[in-house]
Amino acid sequence: MTLSDLINTGLRRIPPWTIYLASFAYAGWLLWLGIDNRLGADPVKALEHQLGEVALYLLVFGLAVSPLRRTLGINLLKFRRAIGLACFFFVVCHLLVWAVLDVQRLDRVWADIVKRPYITVGMAAFVLLLPLAMTSNNVSVRKMGAAAWGKLHKLIYPAAILGAVHYVMLVKGWQVRPLVFLGVILGLIAWRYLSKLPSRQSATREIL
Amino acid sequence: MANRWKNTLTDRDVTDESVYLNRRHIIAGAAAGLGLSGIGQSASADDLEPTSWDDITSYCNYYEFGTRKDDPSKYAHMLTTEPWSVKIDGMVDKPGDYAFEDIMSKMTVEERIYRFRCVEAWSMVVPWNGFELADLLELAGVQSEAKYVAFETVNRPEEMPGMRYPVLDWPYVEGLRMDEAMHPLTIMATGIYGKDIPNQNGAPLRLVVPWKYGFKSIKSIVRITLTDTQPPTSWNKAGPREYGFYSNVNPEVDHPRWSQASERVLGTGLFARRQDTLMFNGYAEEVASLYEGMDLTKFY
Repeated sequence: MTLSDLINTGLRRIPPWTIYLASFAYAGWLLWLGIDNRLGADPVKALEHQLGEVALYLLVFGLAVSPLRRTLGINLLKFRRAIGLACFFFVVCHLLVWAVLDVQRLDRVWADIVKRPYITVGMAAFVLLLPLAMTSNNVSVRKMGAAAWGKLHKLIYPAAILGAVHYVMLVKGWQVRPLVFLGVILGLIAWRYLSKLPSRQSATREIL
Repeated sequence: MANRWKNTLTDRDVTDESVYLNRRHIIAGAAAGLGLSGIGQSASADDLEPTSWDDITSYCNYYEFGTRKDDPSKYAHMLTTEPWSVKIDGMVDKPGDYAFEDIMSKMTVEERIYRFRCVEAWSMVVPWNGFELADLLELAGVQSEAKYVAFETVNRPEEMPGMRYPVLDWPYVEGLRMDEAMHPLTIMATGIYGKDIPNQNGAPLRLVVPWKYGFKSIKSIVRITLTDTQPPTSWNKAGPREYGFYSNVNPEVDHPRWSQASERVLGTGLFARRQDTLMFNGYAEEVASLYEGMDLTKFY
């Protein structure tokens, strides 16, 4: 038995809903730390940044599902929807903390979206994620047909790139972390084009 | 020193954070007695609640130690600050290397409770201990042609892990116009809360210019050069559109990526309201005259 078989056997025992549970628990824990004044001198920024960063990790994780399966034989397909929806959940929390606790005024939220390029980019990523989150259910896959659904969900690529660019733009100076995120995300997307792309049929099977 | 700030307290009065509140009232009273306490926008300490020692010393921007706020407090212990000397050169009568102890033996250390406003739109209140920069410059003898003061941070990649990354063009440099440098509000800080200034806050001595964004207040200074040309500044080199030479706190001139109209006050919790940012960080009465006739949207 190879290592990937062992991992796959282990993964089979974990139900996908554990990802939802862990996500809610972690977000709730972070909020509690903030309320309890345990997030340092600037709890609003700490919460905002941590939620955004988790969303980026989940984006990377979601994009890594196919490459992991094809290169190492590790099968995380059954978790992909949960990873995507958890990512969306953290993006929404990130956005709420920014609007409600940080900016604090609706008129300024809108002014920032229009005026500040890094926020415009972040909001664009959020808008791209909306249809993906709304159609991440079996009914939508059936109604749209697998091919159309698959096509729509390719929006995750521009969304992920915009999310990483948002991070690169928001920091002062050329910092390493955001550039690493951008590099990894670009690499995972490039992998899809560089490796022999699966035929439409097998892509469809993968989604279902 | 015709314009000298009056302060009868020295760092010897600052001993314990626990007796801090009482003493703050004394300072406020003294300031009011001298007629320094204006209404609203005042440099006096009467309405300033100092940020906690823990917050001041754990939430720092000192990119030579890393870009995360807690990196400096984690890694700054690697920096050796003894012995320390500051090279003062350029248009001065007595250029040379000034040992830190020699400087301290000639300076009057006072306490200054100042607002501290970061360009990232957060703020704190810091009870600094330090001396006026004007006194140090006079020690070296400023020549009349000098128009600017340039500063340089210590450059020791082996002791400063953040320098492995080219986040900025190292070493960090900053500068002031001569009248800004000689202003009595401008100090060289050597302590916080009466204790030696921690490395992450810029030990052993750093600049503090309370009406400008925090990054102007260059840390761990090893060189001061008097010059007749405007010196380069690190953040201006990194992003001239975002960080001007002056970098005065101005709620009406936004940073291109965020508004400067308000600020988050550190240490006030998750649900605290933002606070409106004051012109020149609340020191308009003292410093607005320095910029009379200048278009502050152009000279930001």
